[in-house]
Amino acid sequence: MAAEDELRLRERLSHLRSLPLLRGARLSGELARLQRQLDRIAAAPTDEEIARFVELARHEQRPYALDYFDRLCEDFVELHGDRARADDQAVVAGLARFDGRTVVVVGQQKGRDISERTRRNFGMAYPEGYRKAMRAMTLAQRHGFPLLSFVDTPGAYPGVAAEQHGQGGAIAASQALLAQLTVPVISCIIGEGGSGGAIAIALADRVLMQENALYSVISPEGCAAILWRDAGEWRKAAAALRPDARHCLELGVIDTIVPEPTVGAHTDHDEAARLLGDALRDALGELEGVHGEELRRRRRQRFRGIGVFTEALATAVAGDSAGHEPL
Amino acid sequence: MAHIDVSIEHRHAPEPERDSAGRKHPNTCPSCGSHYRDDELAANLRVCPQCGHHFPLRARERIEQLADDGSFAEEAADLRSQDPLGFFDLRPYAERLAEAELSTGLGDAMVIGRGAVGGHACELAVMDFAFMGGSMGSVVGEKFVRACESAAEHGVPVVTVTASGGARMQEGILSLMQLPKTVCAVADLHDAGGALVCVMAHPTTAGVLASFATLGDVTVAEPGALLAFTGPRVVQQTTREKLPDDFGLAESNYRFGHLDAIVPRPELRAYLTRLLGLFANGR
Repeated sequence: MAAEDELRLRERLSHLRSLPLLRGARLSGELARLQRQLDRIAAAPTDEEIARFVELARHEQRPYALDYFDRLCEDFVELHGDRARADDQAVVAGLARFDGRTVVVVGQQKGRDISERTRRNFGMAYPEGYRKAMRAMTLAQRHGFPLLSFVDTPGAYPGVAAEQHGQGGAIAASQALLAQLTVPVISCIIGEGGSGGAIAIALADRVLMQENALYSVISPEGCAAILWRDAGEWRKAAAALRPDARHCLELGVIDTIVPEPTVGAHTDHDEAARLLGDALRDALGELEGVHGEELRRRRRQRFRGIGVFTEALATAVAGDSAGHEPL
Repeated sequence: MAHIDVSIEHRHAPEPERDSAGRKHPNTCPSCGSHYRDDELAANLRVCPQCGHHFPLRARERIEQLADDGSFAEEAADLRSQDPLGFFDLRPYAERLAEAELSTGLGDAMVIGRGAVGGHACELAVMDFAFMGGSMGSVVGEKFVRACESAAEHGVPVVTVTASGGARMQEGILSLMQLPKTVCAVADLHDAGGALVCVMAHPTTAGVLASFATLGDVTVAEPGALLAFTGPRVVQQTTREKLPDDFGLAESNYRFGHLDAIVPRPELRAYLTRLLGLFANGR
């Protein structure tokens, strides 16, 4: 099975190699990185490894968005509030300098200790949090700053007030705003990429994902509760959902797997930040020469192409062809 | 003719027949307990004549109710889901798909096509809850996108009727990606000058609510529809909060400003006709 998977990834790689390119110079770097990734992940993760990713992605000592802002950026100025109702602390946003240029950063923030976790609602945003993120996106657009988003949430908060304030509509509106931006948008899944709560800030030109992170349509526990009628079966659900970086790359959902320190990002925040910084710098470099309208067109095209289905007799794997136009 | 209050009759009527699995007859009103023959209910647009409860509508019934006679031409009917993850819970996904197709006669949980409502040409994208809970996977996403593209090409508005439990778990992360995919399609439609009218039927939840369903230029719902990002059971379990009686219902959403109107089914066609006329006039 692993050999088959590897073959598929190699085919994908050769497919990428054969694509017509606008900016050939960048490509060799891109391919080299893919090749390195292929080497790293030559064997498909086993069910046990996927269960381990679930634990690592939620590790209490894993670096959070603010840890990365601190290490990757200078002159971080945090912005607060959605200018309508509240300041949702599950979402952090601000202006900062990254690699010499001004960027807007936005991310979900869990808490380190009990009081911070409570204050930040375990990284589960209310609609107010997404509206705060939208403020930051608007700011980036207005001034032409690239937008970097850091995804780390179990999901959008499932509460009565959240519903009353329009949780679904806020998540949709946030994505719709991202689809309009003409500045570069890069997202990185740095921990839990929990469903709608994650995609609300991840409709990006480039989606990076750390090697032990998760990106999933539903939490393994939630899936197990519904399909197995027992949340305790989460390991089975995780194995079936395949929320790991390797599978997300294979399905064309993410563009790059960002390596972590050997045992995991929680063991060395500085090194994790350095590795993430390298990946962000590369991605930003690829996007910065592209005209805004073209950037937006390709961003939409990227998502237009994701999905696997058949039509009549021909099998279409949209994620492989239409999706990834190299920049 | 004197109005006969049949509700009394109905209260004393014998319990509706149950099938071998102990389920009530599907035409039993969950709200007032009245039960009907198929033709009675169909003649009333599947709205309970006693209490106004809106029974679920299949996609083809909905299209028949809304579209002008003979105007509807289905598109992308051959799209079928794959099983990209080889998903297996208690049963394989491939088996669930085959079973859903057999029982509903549909390729997936959405039917799209060109049609006209009250003489106004439009593109219809109608969901069917009977197909795996109206869940959105690759095919539903693709169909919605194609509906938007076709509408933009022909310069007509999109009318979508939603009924969905959310993203389809069995396609994993690919289902989540249908949220941004449909959102981008709406953005392209709007950029091309096309309008989107969303009619949310019971239930419209999670992934569909958090993507195209809430992005309409005009967004309305049927009475009593559950419209929630997270359903009441999960909210209750997770937060232990006491839920208001009307939690997540269309009426509550309307009160909180998330809907333009609640339109009872018998008025929907006229409502859409008026709206489409206004959009057509501006072009």
